[in-house]
Amino acid sequence: MDEIASRVRAIVVDHLGVDEEAVVDSASFIQDLGADSLDTVELVMAFEEEFEVEIKDEDAEGINTFEDAVNFIKKAQSE
Amino acid sequence: MKIDLNSKRALVTGATGGIGEAIAKALLEAGAEVVISGTKVEKLEKLEAELGSEGKVIPIPSNLGSPEDIQNLISQTTEIDGGIDILINNAGITRDGLLLRMHEDDWQNVMEINLKAVMMLTKGMLRNMLKKRWGRIINITSIVGSTGNPGQSNYAAAKAGLVGFSKSLAQEVANRGITVNCLAPGFIETEMTNKLSDERKKILVNNIPMQKMGRPEDISFPVLFLASEQASYITGQSLHVNGGLAMI
Repeated sequence: MDEIASRVRAIVVDHLGVDEEAVVDSASFIQDLGADSLDTVELVMAFEEEFEVEIKDEDAEGINTFEDAVNFIKKAQSE
Repeated sequence: MKIDLNSKRALVTGATGGIGEAIAKALLEAGAEVVISGTKVEKLEKLEAELGSEGKVIPIPSNLGSPEDIQNLISQTTEIDGGIDILINNAGITRDGLLLRMHEDDWQNVMEINLKAVMMLTKGMLRNMLKKRWGRIINITSIVGSTGNPGQSNYAAAKAGLVGFSKSLAQEVANRGITVNCLAPGFIETEMTNKLSDERKKILVNNIPMQKMGRPEDISFPVLFLASEQASYITGQSLHVNGGLAMI
């Protein structure tokens, strides 16, 4: 597994208190992992800090699944 | 049981006003570090000297009518290690007048400072509180937000607006250890009420069951209580401190 995905997974596991196996690519933070809407804001804040990227509100709205988060961070870091 | 705010940092806006100054003093005495914000630099420096205990008072001049000043206040306070734990939105202005004579500016200025600045500052401070899973947001409202007052349609609307704002935010962050409450003073002896004529004051005092105006200290202790650990189960409430003038 690549490094970014495993760091994102660690944040999700830590923040939402879910099992690592539950955080599959298509896992939706709200529908599958039990996050409330404030959790998703906090996850984005945690990603911003971990990866030193800025995630604008309009971009954050598009980050609904684990895969979305990994892809966004990879893209942001390559820019 | 003692209120202990050691290791907490507070921001008090409008700190050079009578109520703001009393709140800053009370928080400081309970052990908190206090950032004082106000428009008048000289007054702020004077207050810092008066309070001045071992660098625990940090003055940041700012005019909350200016978006740049608000941003600056947010970035300066969030840069301090640990950020702000206790936000006291106390700054407020009045632009009194009967509605038929009220200019749009009088409405706009009151809304900008008494309502919009609170939203901006609170949003700015919230991130840190969320991370810490602890925070206190206390908005100083007014009895007139509940009762209305002729000549203060703008001020009363802004203060009532703060109540709805506080209740909504209180629900958003309740399970994160952050409480959001309002403290609604009645008639308190401050510069703001000094502007009233003696005759008007006399009529007002006659209507107060306690037959006297409140002092800033009557407000600061209840604020200190709401900021305390002991008040952790109180959120979305308005605490009215008015000598019985309105029993809500």
